[in-house]
Amino acid sequence: MSNGPLLQIRGVETFYGNIRALNGVNVDVNAGEIVTIIGANGAGKSTLMMTIFGSPRARAGQITFDGTDITNMPTHEIARLRIAQSPEGRRIFPRMTVLENLQMGASLDNLKYFDEDVEKVFTLFPRLKERITQRGGTLSGGEQQMLSIGRALMARPKLLLLDEPSLGLAPLIVKQIFEAIRELNKTQKLTVFLVEQNAFGALKLAHRGYVLVNGNVTMSGSGKDLLSNPEVRAAYLEGGRH
Amino acid sequence: MQYFIQQLVNGLTLGAIYGLIAIGYTMVYGIVGMINFAHGDIFMVGAFVALIVFLILTSVFAGINVVLFLLIMMVVAMVMTSLYNWTIEKVAYRPLRGSFRLAPLITAIGMSIVLSNFVQVTQGPRNKPIPPLITEVYNVGGISISLKQLVIVVVTALLLAVFWYLVNKTALGRAQRACEQDRKMASLLGIDVDKTISITFIMGAALAAVAGTLYLMYYGVVSFSDGFVPGVKAFTAAVLGGIGSLPGAVIGGVLIGLIESLWSAYFSIDYKDVAAFSILAIVLIFLPSGILGRPEVEKV
Ligand SMILES: Nc1ncnc2c1ncn2[C@@H]1O[C@H](COP(=O)(O)OP(=O)(O)OP(=O)(O)O)[C@@H](O)[C@H]1O
Ligand SMILES: [Mg+2]
Repeated sequence: MSNGPLLQIRGVETFYGNIRALNGVNVDVNAGEIVTIIGANGAGKSTLMMTIFGSPRARAGQITFDGTDITNMPTHEIARLRIAQSPEGRRIFPRMTVLENLQMGASLDNLKYFDEDVEKVFTLFPRLKERITQRGGTLSGGEQQMLSIGRALMARPKLLLLDEPSLGLAPLIVKQIFEAIRELNKTQKLTVFLVEQNAFGALKLAHRGYVLVNGNVTMSGSGKDLLSNPEVRAAYLEGGRH
Repeated sequence: MQYFIQQLVNGLTLGAIYGLIAIGYTMVYGIVGMINFAHGDIFMVGAFVALIVFLILTSVFAGINVVLFLLIMMVVAMVMTSLYNWTIEKVAYRPLRGSFRLAPLITAIGMSIVLSNFVQVTQGPRNKPIPPLITEVYNVGGISISLKQLVIVVVTALLLAVFWYLVNKTALGRAQRACEQDRKMASLLGIDVDKTISITFIMGAALAAVAGTLYLMYYGVVSFSDGFVPGVKAFTAAVLGGIGSLPGAVIGGVLIGLIESLWSAYFSIDYKDVAAFSILAIVLIFLPSGILGRPEVEKV
């Protein structure tokens, strides 16, 4: 264990061809924190999540996890450091069953803790248990979202990256998921890095937040401060989903 | 009727060999979405390695057990073809991953030519014969079934069962299917995609080596050009059965084998290949994804 932040992102620039999607981003996520990134469509939030995994790779800057430089590490080795992601678009394996998708999540430990962990996921999302033999591709959007989060949790992550976990879910389920994140964070000290369109909910849940605009971090602060910041309110909250 | 059943037996044997080769096409296509055109030549190399091992074995230990002979030939052939296919994937296909779709296909055709020319130069252009290894023939109600044929069908059935289990029930198979469906997501879960693809090429090559050894045992002869026609037929079998499907590959292989032997028996031996490919065309018109091809039911 190093003394610095669990995840440290310094001056990261990411390009798609010649188009710059991230423009020198600095973000810290300390162990035990819930940190959120809010920003408009196309701001670069998902790009940041994927750049942490080296896919696409940062063209400049440095990313360290738990003191290890992961900027140029192969993606699967980054995952093996126990960073898990529920990515944008959910990316469920469509021709695998719900069970197999969850087993894929537990690949790192060769299913050693599978029975124990899968029960926890089913407690969180009882709906998945009912659909255990259904193929991922035929699940509803919301069910896929649950499966994607569940699959990420199966990896026993030290750091959980969630890209818009509330997307496509009914308000009640969103509430449950946010509640579950808070609970995992409190009881298991799970560190969570969260991208959300639902800025209100995310800032209320998170200890700290960053605002991303066109590939630049323009503001940061505690969740409370950002919530009461007039600029943030104007851009991301007024008229938004409260 | 006896004649008909006799042809069924012969077609089944032939089809089993096609099926074994077809599995390699299908698995590689499934995971990297490319046709490994060199696979037929990998099969031919397998047959040659088996031949060389046979010659060495007979010159060193005369008169040891035939089963042991065949086993050693098979294992050495599997190791050698695995090495070849692993190397080809690494040096010729991997650097092209992510480039335009035709690039790996063209490279694969190149690799196929490299392998057959290499064997032609080092082993000579003539047919290489071996003496018959297994000569027992049983007569069942007027139909002659040779022990060779039984060996081929049993080995194929066994290997299909083993590979089906591997792909559907083990962590390795899950990783292979994950890479097939979403490579990026697989790597986010800690799967080493390159390694998984390498293993798939090795598995395909090992099966091709078994097919090569059986082919050598069955026909007693092999030549450098033997990769091409059986390769194309096995590829046809894979498409017919539904590319990407393991049982489909074997079913396709058996169908091609049956069509070929029945057509030669009742119509014209010269047109047996035309018949096989015509039936392929007809099946694909009505079942575009092959017999066991995956139905496209996924949501987007
Ligand atoms: N594969 C790609 N190729 C080219 N440009 C891309 C690619 N992926 C993303 N971009 C561009 O990079 C920018 C950042 O995209 P990104 O997906 O990170 O945004 P986001 O903040 O996650 O948006 P949203 O809230 O809509 O999910 C966008 O302008 C987008 O068009
Ligand atoms: Mg996004």
